[in-house]
Amino acid sequence: MLAREERTEIEAEFPHYPTRKAVCIDAMKIVQKHRGWVSDEALRDIGELLGMSETDLDGVATFYNLIFRRPVGRHVIYLCDSVSCWIMGADLQCRHASERLGVQPGETTADGRFTLLPIVCLGACDHAPVMMIDDDTHFDLTPEKIDQILERYK
Amino acid sequence: MPTERPLTGNMRTDGEALDLDAYERAGGYRALRKALQSMTPEAVTDEVKSSNLRGRGGAGFPTGLKWTFVPPNAPHPRYLVANADEMEPGTFKDRLLLEGDPHQLIEGMALAGYATNTDVAYIFLRGEYKLAARRIEKALAEAYRAGYLGKNILSSGYSLELYLHLSAGRYMCGEETGLLNALEGKRANPRAKPPFPPVSGLFGKPTTVNNVETLCNVSHIVNNGAAWFRNLSRSKDSGTKLYGASGKVKRPGIWELPMGVTVRELLEEHAGGMRDGVRFRGLLPGGASTDFLVEQHLDVAMDFTEVQKAGSRMGTGTMIVLDDQTCPVGMVWNLEHFFAQESCGWCTPCWSGLGWVERILKAMEEGRGQPGDLDKLAFQTRFWTPGHTFCALAPGAAEPLQSALKYFRADFERHINEKRCPWR
Repeated sequence: MLAREERTEIEAEFPHYPTRKAVCIDAMKIVQKHRGWVSDEALRDIGELLGMSETDLDGVATFYNLIFRRPVGRHVIYLCDSVSCWIMGADLQCRHASERLGVQPGETTADGRFTLLPIVCLGACDHAPVMMIDDDTHFDLTPEKIDQILERYK
Repeated sequence: MPTERPLTGNMRTDGEALDLDAYERAGGYRALRKALQSMTPEAVTDEVKSSNLRGRGGAGFPTGLKWTFVPPNAPHPRYLVANADEMEPGTFKDRLLLEGDPHQLIEGMALAGYATNTDVAYIFLRGEYKLAARRIEKALAEAYRAGYLGKNILSSGYSLELYLHLSAGRYMCGEETGLLNALEGKRANPRAKPPFPPVSGLFGKPTTVNNVETLCNVSHIVNNGAAWFRNLSRSKDSGTKLYGASGKVKRPGIWELPMGVTVRELLEEHAGGMRDGVRFRGLLPGGASTDFLVEQHLDVAMDFTEVQKAGSRMGTGTMIVLDDQTCPVGMVWNLEHFFAQESCGWCTPCWSGLGWVERILKAMEEGRGQPGDLDKLAFQTRFWTPGHTFCALAPGAAEPLQSALKYFRADFERHINEKRCPWR
């Protein structure tokens, strides 16, 4: 079941588009905002509201980088692996984060605190290397800086 | 005389966005008032046409001309979309405009909407630009409250609804027709053209898609006139341009400068030259999908026409600099990895070819390059051309690779002959 709050937020998007189907990406993101990820059950419930099949929704969900079909940690780390960050040593930063957290990119820490993901260019190349954690972008990364930043996310 | 910076000159220095009051004090929404009260939609389009504003998303298509492609008797609702899906690697110019002055974009969209007789507009924003999203939402609320959006704008009879759509992330969403599919709640595969979006676009209705920087120029053109805009530039392509530099330069950054400054000026004066201890080898002038320029091109003017003559494209105007401590094969591998990952899988040359090329480059970097590899790479770049694919993703992916094979051939050969990456 969609929570009342989720439903209200999804329905608030209806007037912005001429079809309900067009709301599906917003809808999945709204559910993900509340639950961290989008389960099969959530797809069914969203599908019912929008008049779409679970399969259609899954086809859309799996296309997009920022819709998660598996559970993630409390905080998601997006480490940029695109060209400007690569030139500025993104590989090193990724290795450092990976070793410190004890996970490979794509994995979640055993305590459920962090999921580490590579991401395409975050559009802050003058401050490379860059990462995003949840909604915040962090610039000019070094291993020391990564350690300090990670401490802030409990 | 200081250089005029219409797009960024009014921005706050503390990194906060201009709110409505500050935007209005700086002359904001004067152009919209002027257009709605004293200009026909055709007159607005004509002014933009005569300004020679060219699309800032990378392709450089004349904006005013694009606006005339919606047929006069076309059905309603008509749509306008600001492409704010800035996902071209190495590009960080629209972020500045979106975070620093969201009203400038909204006013540009209201003007473009009026010129194209649009009913509904969207800002298609990439999902990662969360700060921009918050600021745009606030600015939209302010603009609606002040009567610059919504029904009967400034009592002119013209109405425009403007919504923010926050994307869920995929490079393909920046491609015009992929973007339209994404807005319809589908996978962002490209569409076959024709029909082109001005005839049949979003939800099958006439649709105009413009880049953020393009739209941000419109209010200034309406306020100051086409001749003023043409004179801002040092070249045939008019206006100012947001230029940027990243990589191992002393001062990576973004600058609004007259269109047509040279590559050398950007690199040496604005970016401060290379960092100590590294030397310049080449650069991608405008994002991942542009051909390398090298030493011999440093005096080329950064505009659509001249960079094309030099064998590349200005693209987004944000250059990515390659230094001598960085492996050019590794850099191209990184780029092709990106394109292979972001390919939507719709056409064979793209999904198959990009993966193949990425594996060859990876093998080369890991010391497993084969003598015939360079021919295979060159073959693929000749295959990824418009006409073989629905969209520009694979043709874009060909650009850095084909030019790297030309300018850094000896480095590729060393990888194969020495069976290792000389930079590791």
